[in-house]
Amino acid sequence: MTRVTKVKKNGLIAAVAIGAVVSSAVLASSAVQAAEEVNLYSYRQPFLIKPFLDVFTKQSGIKVNVVYAKKGMLQRLKAEGRNTPADAVLTVDISRLNALANAELLQPIKSSVLEKNVPAQYRHPDGLWFGLTTRARVVYAHKTRVKPGEVASYDDLAKPHMKGRICTRSGKHSYNLSLLASIVAAKGEQAATEWARAVKANLARRPQGNDRAQVKAIKEGICDVSLGNTYYMGAMATNEKKPVQKTWAAAVNVLFPGQSDRGTHVNISGAAITEHAKNKANAIKLLEFLSENFAQKMYADQNFEYPVKAGVAWHPLVASWGKFKADKINLNKIAKYRSTAAKIMDRVDFDG
Amino acid sequence: MNVSQATAHLGQSTRNGLRSLTDGWTIASFVIAALVAIPILTVIGLAISPEESIWQHLASTVLPRYIRTTLGLMIGVGIGTLIIGVGTAWIVTTCNIPGRRIFEWALLLPLAIPAYVIAFLYTDILEFAGPVQGALREFFGWVTPRDYWFPEIRSLGGAILMMTLVLYPYVYMLARAAFLEQSHGVLEVSRTLGRGPWRSFFNVALPLARPAIVIGLSLVMMETLNDFGTVDFFAVGTLTLGVFDVWMNMNNVGGAAQIAVLMLFFVMFLIGAERFARRKQRFHHTTSRHKNLPRRDVQGWLGAGAFLACLLPLFFGFLLPVGLLINGALGHFGEAIGGNFLASAGNSLMLSGLAAVFALAVGVLLAYGLRLRGGNFLTGVTRFASLGYAIPGAVLAIGVIIPLAWLDNSIDAVARQEFGVSTGLILSGTIFALVFGYVVRFLALAVGAIEQSLGRITLNIDGVARTLGASSSNILMKVHLPIIRGSMLTAALLVFVDGMKELPMTVIMRPFNFETLATQVHQFAAAEQFGQASPPALAIVATGILPVILLSLAITHSRFFSGRSSEDQG
Repeated sequence: MTRVTKVKKNGLIAAVAIGAVVSSAVLASSAVQAAEEVNLYSYRQPFLIKPFLDVFTKQSGIKVNVVYAKKGMLQRLKAEGRNTPADAVLTVDISRLNALANAELLQPIKSSVLEKNVPAQYRHPDGLWFGLTTRARVVYAHKTRVKPGEVASYDDLAKPHMKGRICTRSGKHSYNLSLLASIVAAKGEQAATEWARAVKANLARRPQGNDRAQVKAIKEGICDVSLGNTYYMGAMATNEKKPVQKTWAAAVNVLFPGQSDRGTHVNISGAAITEHAKNKANAIKLLEFLSENFAQKMYADQNFEYPVKAGVAWHPLVASWGKFKADKINLNKIAKYRSTAAKIMDRVDFDG
Repeated sequence: MNVSQATAHLGQSTRNGLRSLTDGWTIASFVIAALVAIPILTVIGLAISPEESIWQHLASTVLPRYIRTTLGLMIGVGIGTLIIGVGTAWIVTTCNIPGRRIFEWALLLPLAIPAYVIAFLYTDILEFAGPVQGALREFFGWVTPRDYWFPEIRSLGGAILMMTLVLYPYVYMLARAAFLEQSHGVLEVSRTLGRGPWRSFFNVALPLARPAIVIGLSLVMMETLNDFGTVDFFAVGTLTLGVFDVWMNMNNVGGAAQIAVLMLFFVMFLIGAERFARRKQRFHHTTSRHKNLPRRDVQGWLGAGAFLACLLPLFFGFLLPVGLLINGALGHFGEAIGGNFLASAGNSLMLSGLAAVFALAVGVLLAYGLRLRGGNFLTGVTRFASLGYAIPGAVLAIGVIIPLAWLDNSIDAVARQEFGVSTGLILSGTIFALVFGYVVRFLALAVGAIEQSLGRITLNIDGVARTLGASSSNILMKVHLPIIRGSMLTAALLVFVDGMKELPMTVIMRPFNFETLATQVHQFAAAEQFGQASPPALAIVATGILPVILLSLAITHSRFFSGRSSEDQG
């Protein structure tokens, strides 16, 4: 008998405790509406963007609240509809921005600051989204095992002399899909399929790991070249916490493919303002801040990305790889052909 | 025999007439089950309207590989967990081996380690640059990877190994509970009739434990099926990877949901097939004469083998990974504590704790509803509501987000129209939404643990209590709950431990500025900053240890409780 009453009592306590927690959570979330602030859905890791946001808050007095997630942001925004708390979205890869725009979750922004700072090719014509940094998809090549001229273009990766010498992450990763989409845009689906099939045949191992892991594999002698984004090179070459990564970086050169034809494939990280933003003015302030010298320099120095704003100095290490010709393709085309690229990867069974 | 095979259907005496349809328990069970089923139905709803049909493309390209890999993974992990789980459970229950009392609880410890964490730890030591291959190269004078062959950890075999190491405790736990509840008498009879210890195990103990083992195994299967972190890290193309590929890369959430639903049918088929094979066999204890299974002394090679069989899973599933985590965390503790480590830990504890309480309450309600009425309809709804465990977390999260946001927006629309004020989102993006999501995701754990425990209580008890005039709720409170409270603890702790590890739902559904230990691990591990990822990972494991030890005690005592209650009643 006593045992039973104890069970009941514990249950009651638990119920009260739960009620308290839930109601305080609800109160806390409604309190978010009150002060000067801006609410951000971010595809970029908090530890990457926090330094920027802290400075923004200090300068403007606007608090930035962040939810960080890579998957499901679009569905969440869509479901929340006009009541969404999100004012702005921060993301990498043009395809994500494009998907948000296509789902009509963004609103066009007129801002002379953004239009001045962001070159036209890196923003939506109606101001639905703005690029903040660019990154190039380059070839990392072993310093001695790869002879000069062996890999001058992406096409060279598909040629017989590269047999068994290439490493890459999954063909389904957005960076590789965007690269393939740029090839579809430039040369058509058929040629892109043949390219993917030939590169697959040249792989030294099944696609795996991230971009850094490929450079490590080059260092270890598993392969001679790999595909990678430029900023990883900076992150490895200056890694004081894991100095071993410096030796990986030291084993390779950065090659910019396509200098004698359409140029090296670049993608952007960018930001946009949601259709139902409640703190629109603050959100615009945040985007403008991210496009100005201070934040642009910070992107360049901390993340080794290329600032979109002209005249902002590159990190010395990034500058040491030299200037390069970027593929001038309209970024919207890359987003448009992404699904085609994903299917091509399936057709050639790139990851299999 | 003190175990009888009861073929009488549960609660038959009270299932007559209209009473059962309007009965409070039935209605409550149905409403709760339906609520929990909404996100699963939403996923199915998404599957009905895909952006574009994917099947022709998939079937002609990667689908056969996805299916082959998925089957391979499930069969591999199934066999692995079955052998390790049942084997170790039998050894610690019936053999005197050194350290048996420690093994009893320690064998559960790998449960506290997330599969994605063990995957990155083992990759670190087993890949080319890792210490294992390094030592081999040093010893044999090899230089490049082309000089020798070494198994690739990032492979299907590697994924099977990783998942087996952290998932076998589900089978171990339920098998051990079942073995403990078996009485000496049964095996004694078997031995008297001339069966040796091995044949007694295979012909008597194993079939008796089958329902429990199958529950453990189906939990393993569902978790294997919904795993994304490990297969993504190892680039092993399972159906779950296909779900995310279609969703993220082809912008086709409906197509992704279709694959997820296909996987659901797959699980339903497996569970259905097993239940059909077992049909209406039920096993109850009908006597109070319970004696522990006898423990034999095992010596020589057999003894050493038994000891090793228990030590190896513990070593590779827990001790080594934790050692590696501690090693990785060295030098990062300072910055971890300095950051929002404590807040993350607090959030993890709160979410998992609330989820455990709610899942337990729902689990008891549903399992008892089944025992009382057990009609096909109610059974179906309850089984369906437990399927959340088999759906990849990120997909299920969308299933939770959509109906909650719909509810919020509907309330808001009414408020705007009637009162001219906007209520905004009341539930979406709150802790409440997350806890609801956790309950939907982990309900199978709670229902499974409670149902199998309730199932072993003889119906005679209900009959007696009913004859004495007790109501259903009275019987539950005064008779069943005290008997099964060990299993209730098990249910709550399982949900708690899984909640601490939960990642995909938390990431998508969380409120602003909200981190848990798992999301902290994730954000650093995704950037391959394993040093910074180690302290929160270690915290998840450390928080899991105490519940796991409690779990083991709960299992040991569950037999004690049911034994004593039988005495009380008998």
